[in-house]
Amino acid sequence: MTNHWIDIGNSDCILIMGSNAAENHPISFKWVTKAMKAGATLISVDPRFTRTSSKADIYTPLRPGTDIAFLGGMINYILSNKLYFKEYVAYYTNCCFILTDKYSFNDGLFAGYNPKTRSYDKSYWAFEKDKNGIPKKDHTLKHPRCVFQQLKNHYARYTLDKVSAITGTPKEDLLKIYKTYAATGKPDKAGTIMYAMGWTQHTVGVQNIRAMAIIQLLLGNMGVAGGGVNALRGESNVQGSTDHCLLWHIWPGYLKTPRSSNTTLAAYNKKWTPTTKDPLSANWWGNYPKYSVSFLKSMFGEKATAKNDFGYSWMPKVDDGKSYSWLDLFDEMYRGKFTGFFAWGQNPACSGANANKNREALAKLDWLVNVNIFENETGSFWKGPGMNPKKIKTEVFFLPCAVSVEKEGSITNSGRWMQWRYKAVEPAGDCRPDGDIMVELFEKIRELYRKEGGTFPEPILSLKWDYTTGGKYDPHKVAKEINGYFLKDVTVKGKKFKKGTLVPSFAYLQADGSTSSGNWLYCQSYNEKGNNAARRNPVDKSGIGLFSEWSWCWPVNRRIIYNRASVDRYGNPWNKKKPVIRWTGSKWVGDVPDGGWPPMLTKDGKLNPKTKYPFIMKPEGHARVFGPGRADGPFPEHYEPLECPVPKNLMSSQLHNPTIKLFKTSADKYEKTCDPRYPYVCTTYRVTEHWQTGVLTRWQPWLLECQPQLFCEMDEELAKLKGIKNADKVIVESPRGKVEAVAIVTKRLKPLKVEGAIVHQVGLPYHFGWVYPKDGGDSANLLSPSVGDPNTKIPETKAFMVNVTKKGV
Amino acid sequence: MAGKSFFIDTTRCTACRGCQIACKNWNQNKASKTKNWGSYQNPKDLDGNTFKLVRFSEAEVNGKIRWYFFPDQCRHCLEPPCKDTIEGYVDGAVIHDKATGAVFYTEKTKKAPYEEVKDSCPYNIPRKAASGRLVKCTMCLDRVSAGLLPACVKTCPTGAMNFGDRDKMLALAKKRLAELKKKYPKAQLLDADSVRTIYLVIDDPQKYHKFAVASSESGLIDRKLAMKKMLRPARNLLKAGITG
Repeated sequence: MTNHWIDIGNSDCILIMGSNAAENHPISFKWVTKAMKAGATLISVDPRFTRTSSKADIYTPLRPGTDIAFLGGMINYILSNKLYFKEYVAYYTNCCFILTDKYSFNDGLFAGYNPKTRSYDKSYWAFEKDKNGIPKKDHTLKHPRCVFQQLKNHYARYTLDKVSAITGTPKEDLLKIYKTYAATGKPDKAGTIMYAMGWTQHTVGVQNIRAMAIIQLLLGNMGVAGGGVNALRGESNVQGSTDHCLLWHIWPGYLKTPRSSNTTLAAYNKKWTPTTKDPLSANWWGNYPKYSVSFLKSMFGEKATAKNDFGYSWMPKVDDGKSYSWLDLFDEMYRGKFTGFFAWGQNPACSGANANKNREALAKLDWLVNVNIFENETGSFWKGPGMNPKKIKTEVFFLPCAVSVEKEGSITNSGRWMQWRYKAVEPAGDCRPDGDIMVELFEKIRELYRKEGGTFPEPILSLKWDYTTGGKYDPHKVAKEINGYFLKDVTVKGKKFKKGTLVPSFAYLQADGSTSSGNWLYCQSYNEKGNNAARRNPVDKSGIGLFSEWSWCWPVNRRIIYNRASVDRYGNPWNKKKPVIRWTGSKWVGDVPDGGWPPMLTKDGKLNPKTKYPFIMKPEGHARVFGPGRADGPFPEHYEPLECPVPKNLMSSQLHNPTIKLFKTSADKYEKTCDPRYPYVCTTYRVTEHWQTGVLTRWQPWLLECQPQLFCEMDEELAKLKGIKNADKVIVESPRGKVEAVAIVTKRLKPLKVEGAIVHQVGLPYHFGWVYPKDGGDSANLLSPSVGDPNTKIPETKAFMVNVTKKGV
Repeated sequence: MAGKSFFIDTTRCTACRGCQIACKNWNQNKASKTKNWGSYQNPKDLDGNTFKLVRFSEAEVNGKIRWYFFPDQCRHCLEPPCKDTIEGYVDGAVIHDKATGAVFYTEKTKKAPYEEVKDSCPYNIPRKAASGRLVKCTMCLDRVSAGLLPACVKTCPTGAMNFGDRDKMLALAKKRLAELKKKYPKAQLLDADSVRTIYLVIDDPQKYHKFAVASSESGLIDRKLAMKKMLRPARNLLKAGITG
């Protein structure tokens, strides 16, 4: 979230699309309800009429995987009716930048496409620069090659007729929603988006979010109270695990994982540190070396010296151009490339797309360690459906771990709040906190390296790893290390600091080895003032629900990021009733501002040379309406899901995203477009009563009582067509697998008219698995395809093709 | 009429079922083995272990789909007919708490005729537990007496479940009704004058639940009840005679 949960209550218009907040984030509705009570409009756009839709002022369906068409139509509506927030667009976004004449877009392809590699040469998407190397700007937005005019050209193609034909959404609904949402383009109005996996789990996942970000920028909804682009994270600490580099491509704090071509620390820092020639651009990532060196100091302590590149050579590198995402890992595992696997707090036999492939992949391992609270389909894969235990070589170890309330530590919620939790009870039996398991494991491994040497022992033997107290994992020591220390007596920014004290905030981190920080974004979370994540002051001084002394949030306790865009160029809030920050003439008051520099204009309307542009994380200082960094194009463009019910894409002759890559094992079967064997669009989702693959909730009798079995929701016409009655058992089948489910025949799903034909859609929750309960059904991911977004490789589990039949017919 | 009341604003209910589970948790009521019967609603009905049940129903109004949620529970009637029925058989089996107005079934309800008690309730609430005791929502009398909110109200994230002094709840309900009337002409409070669990709905109550308002057969039951009430002194005399 750029904003935070409480802030939803400040909104004038809430669009819930790509998420089902009432069901999957029930507490969020406390704030949605609050906003509605104050007069906000709630819009729900979803293939199904959900519990969220039941509360909405406006509901409309769309076909899964057509969100860009829907949103592209909204961009067109905003531009052609001149409903955008002109001053904001002209000065805070890159709409005023001028593109070089190499940029073009033709029939679904952007300039620079290489059909052999199925990738783009992004140098075709560059900005024209002046003699000083600064992007040229036209604040009148009239230059034919400026981003604004190109945006207009691009989305003029998204007419109501075309959008409706693609999405299946009635035209009058589109218009009503466009009009309602676009009304937040007024300076004192704010619209917000609550999205989740309904937008990300597509082959155009990243561009779905980009499309909405463009809308929010056109309407001036970024940085303001009640606005923002708000990802509702699917687990209580998924934000924290991402921040601390759960994913392969990053180090903590979104630093890059080194590529093999980054042979030295200097080469690595040079490669990943963006530069700017514009004196008005803060280019915050210019501080990159301070964060990377401080991180290496946290990893290797005194062993990290300037002479040895602070231990940079000990860190793992990934091959250039190679992806190591979830889908890639399981592909390698399936092809027998792995010997061992730790499935830690996860259940890939049910959670991963194309789950049959994952289950078969586990059988190719020598060993598998399953760390979990309950037995699950991953640890027990060898005795699952279709498996012959006698023929499986994998040795499985099960390590029971403590649950969240049985250990101390922090979680970071969707609103970036790091919240400290105390231990409520002791773990049951011999269950241990994950930290203790890791410490014990690491110490054994280090002992073996010490005794036996082995290949490349230095990284393990040089790790600082002093996180224990009395031999046990100590969460406070880890939290302090994440914050970082001064490693010698130093003077920074005119202030003296003693060796061994905690760094006050990331502005004090250094690239010379004098500071450490396990994650620069969290520097300030646990400093000499104490454990800020544990703060519990329930007083809100802001008047807009920032609650700045309750827990702590990254970065530097800034509750609404990009808040420098919430004010005009003089520093006055666009919305005077809900100010996030305000310039008093000498300083900012309110939330922690995105940098303390003065506003862009002085009192007499002249450019203040001391100012910086508001979007400080971008080298150009302007929010990117034109996004030249993505794999699949600088503007979002509608492409059909890999498996789709239509023979052609009405927007271009590119049926699918031209940059996606398919896996090629025998387990990777994909539906060919319009295959009559798989005529129905399928989507997967969650329900309130269960969590993820249900490992935690299926064993909870009260929750299981509410949602005992896998179900398949379908519309009444489809049910009639297939002779299916409500509560009948049905078989749902895709090219990859099949599941048995209970039919819920409902008015809440309707057939959609798409490109002149009727399209039926069905949906299944993915909470169930064969281990328990025995009559609960198996994972809906046995159906979903292993294909991912070209930027993130998140699998396309929200739109694929299946068949549905009545069981026994 | 003082005491306490619930105000249940169904327009704010998201059917998260936090209330249903919180009720089970506080009362330590077991889960039954259920099957999906083509609905999210589960268990299918109130039972000996389920005092609170969120009912789901779909309706189409002017071509627009609506999904209604009805967190069903005992209404704690101001004049509870179940109490009369039960006490026609067992004295002191039902406590009608003076301070709150809660209608509380004691252990003695084991001796009351279940079907007759159930039929006498215009909202079809009482159920028989495995122990033989008749059971239903207790208004969390133990919690409320200790100054806490009922478990279902405490857990509700949206403000659908409200609880407090009856006059305050009635005022809240009337205020909310007035707001909703503008958009939903059929908005109404259900039997607000005779119950302590006041529902606000925006459509015909029958679309939410067959027993959302006092059932039409209740007239008949009333007559049966009236007969029992009339006969009660004589029967009590008779019982006294036997035991004495």
